[in-house]
Amino acid sequence: MNHLPLIIKREYLTKVKNKSFIIMTFLSPLIFITFIAVVAYLTQLNNDKVKVISVLDDSGLVRHVFKSTEHTSYNNLEGMSLNDAKALVQESEGYGLLYISKVSEGPIKSKNVTFYSEESPSITLISAIENKIQTELTLQNRINEGIDVEKLEASKVQIEINQESFKGEKTSKVDSVVKLIFGGAAGYLLFMFIIIYGNMIMRSVIEEKTSRIIEVIISSVKPVQLMLGKIIGTSLAGISQFVIWIILGGVLMTVASFVLGVDLAQMQTPQQQMVEQAMATPEINSEIQNIVTAFFNLPLLNLITAFILFFICGYLLYSSLYAAIGAAVDNETDTQQFMLPILMPLVLAVYIGIFTVIEDPHGTVSTVFSFIPFTSPVVMLMRIPFGVPIWQQVVSLIILIGTFMLTVWFAAKIYRVGILMYGKKPSYKELIKWIKY
Amino acid sequence: MNNLLEVNNVSKYFGDFKALNDVSVSIPKGSIFGLLGPNGAGKTTLIRIVNQITMPDSGSVILDGETLSQKHIMDIGYLPEERGLYKSMKVGEQAIYLAQLKGLSKAEAKKRLKYWFERLEIGDWWNKKIQELSKGMAQKIQFVVTVLHEPKLLIFDEPFSGFDPINANLIKDEILRLRENGATVIFSTHRMESVEELCDDIALIHKSNKILDGKLVDVKRQFKINTFEVGIRSNNQIALEKEISEKFSVSKANFKTLEDELKLNIKINPDENPNDLLNYLTQKGEVSHFVELIPSVNDIFIQAVNNS
Repeated sequence: MNHLPLIIKREYLTKVKNKSFIIMTFLSPLIFITFIAVVAYLTQLNNDKVKVISVLDDSGLVRHVFKSTEHTSYNNLEGMSLNDAKALVQESEGYGLLYISKVSEGPIKSKNVTFYSEESPSITLISAIENKIQTELTLQNRINEGIDVEKLEASKVQIEINQESFKGEKTSKVDSVVKLIFGGAAGYLLFMFIIIYGNMIMRSVIEEKTSRIIEVIISSVKPVQLMLGKIIGTSLAGISQFVIWIILGGVLMTVASFVLGVDLAQMQTPQQQMVEQAMATPEINSEIQNIVTAFFNLPLLNLITAFILFFICGYLLYSSLYAAIGAAVDNETDTQQFMLPILMPLVLAVYIGIFTVIEDPHGTVSTVFSFIPFTSPVVMLMRIPFGVPIWQQVVSLIILIGTFMLTVWFAAKIYRVGILMYGKKPSYKELIKWIKY
Repeated sequence: MNNLLEVNNVSKYFGDFKALNDVSVSIPKGSIFGLLGPNGAGKTTLIRIVNQITMPDSGSVILDGETLSQKHIMDIGYLPEERGLYKSMKVGEQAIYLAQLKGLSKAEAKKRLKYWFERLEIGDWWNKKIQELSKGMAQKIQFVVTVLHEPKLLIFDEPFSGFDPINANLIKDEILRLRENGATVIFSTHRMESVEELCDDIALIHKSNKILDGKLVDVKRQFKINTFEVGIRSNNQIALEKEISEKFSVSKANFKTLEDELKLNIKINPDENPNDLLNYLTQKGEVSHFVELIPSVNDIFIQAVNNS
């Protein structure tokens, strides 16, 4: 008798009908978006405040480069002693005072420039000011030395290297970024999925134990069937939740950005803004084009197939372990000691993915870890956008599936014994003994 | 085939611990079979083996002439001692689910549940969650779920725990009715008075071994103590007591009588005829009371466990 569909259905419906699950499903995106919106709004608010900066330029060389902008207002002070200026700025509650001392001979040096302020000034502001002074002084130096500035500018050459693989696929720097985002997103998604729904499976196993229904159930169903049904049912509930989150998140994001007038998708850090300002407008168009081509340059078919396969196998591998833990203990507080060995490889995989795959997607470390079964789903998913030979993917997948079957067998053993054990928290030694039962 | 279930030479180890040692029991069709034993004796392990929750290390289990296999799951109904239901699931839904796991179709399960719920007058619980019900109420539902698929073999482990006397009686009557309808019942309990009342056959397991089994009557015969409870009226009771105790081994008895009789438990030798004792007594006075003492299951239990 195959009860698997029945068990899956029950697990799914119980999860989906659960009040806290429903609340989580609909509230989380709302909370998340509200959070982003608030942060974005506050950042804007912060930027909206105009910083008043007084400039006392005794050298008279750079005074004219400080032009007020939307966020910063420069206030030129003249014929004033430094102390008076300081007092004035403090009194008027200005943001700070930029002081450039008189230079008797030679160029202005770092020691001649000081910024006085009540609190430590923001790094972006300081680097902006440094930039302004440097540019102006460099220009002045060149003029003084009799260099034709216009010629110098005109003689500048900009090179963007064309990248092409031996097979003739054109790539660009943007490609790498797009690949990184895809790989990273896939790996991270798996990581999150395992943690959230693995825990859910564990809790549902514990629930069956504490409500003591387990013995009734397994007099009708094989424990392995029950375990698999639980894993699959909960996963389906998880997928439903994820899909709702994505849809709801998209809708809310649009609504929120419309209402608040904040372009959430374009939310950037000041650094990014500076970089963007440096880029000329016409380039942005080609940039978008690059991203689009980069997207289609991705090995999409491979990516999607690999994503599905590695995601499923990786998830099942870990969730069977979660189920085994749930069966081994009586309540959630006892799970801690068994959680660590599960979380370690998972976290390791994410870190390896982030740090080594970016550096060198085909380096030794990332390659090796994309074969080790407990890290391979995450690391391999991150590597695949950069083009991993099919044989490597297949070998890795075979190892993963082999381990997965071994783990399910092992988990089922623990599960079978564990669900009927009440009372004390088992040690690792006892768990190993259970396997022999 | 007269036995519904035959457990042959079953042994089970958990690591180094021997839970069952070469245990064999035969359970006649249509009987109520008491599976007795002190805590930790191995009863639950045996029951779990019959339910295929645990596999035996050696030995075999035959149900209705066939070696036990997956397909027999729907022939068995099991009410475990450690029992419960999904707390946040509705009663009806849950009962249907559990019935489906036993192989009933949804429609059939619904039909039978309606019948049982009406019978036990619990129809209005259908849409309640288990957590809203009392323990006794939940036990009733658990009972219904156990018997719903009309299995050949019913296994009840402490079925009356959690019930008030009225409901315990109700469940007892249901068990008897199920037996009349052809079911065979294995009944595991520590309440010896229910064993006395319900069981036709018993087996006693102690420290992983079966130390006793058979028809309850036969077992009692085996533990016969050849002792008679006697009430006798005489003018000189003290002298009489002295005289009897010189002839037989005697102890004081305690039972209710109308007059102030001499009350004694008199033990005779197994080869002696009780009539001789009665004859002897009638010569000494007016016998108002002469009853053979039958060992209670409780006594047998204690004696068997202590002797082994």
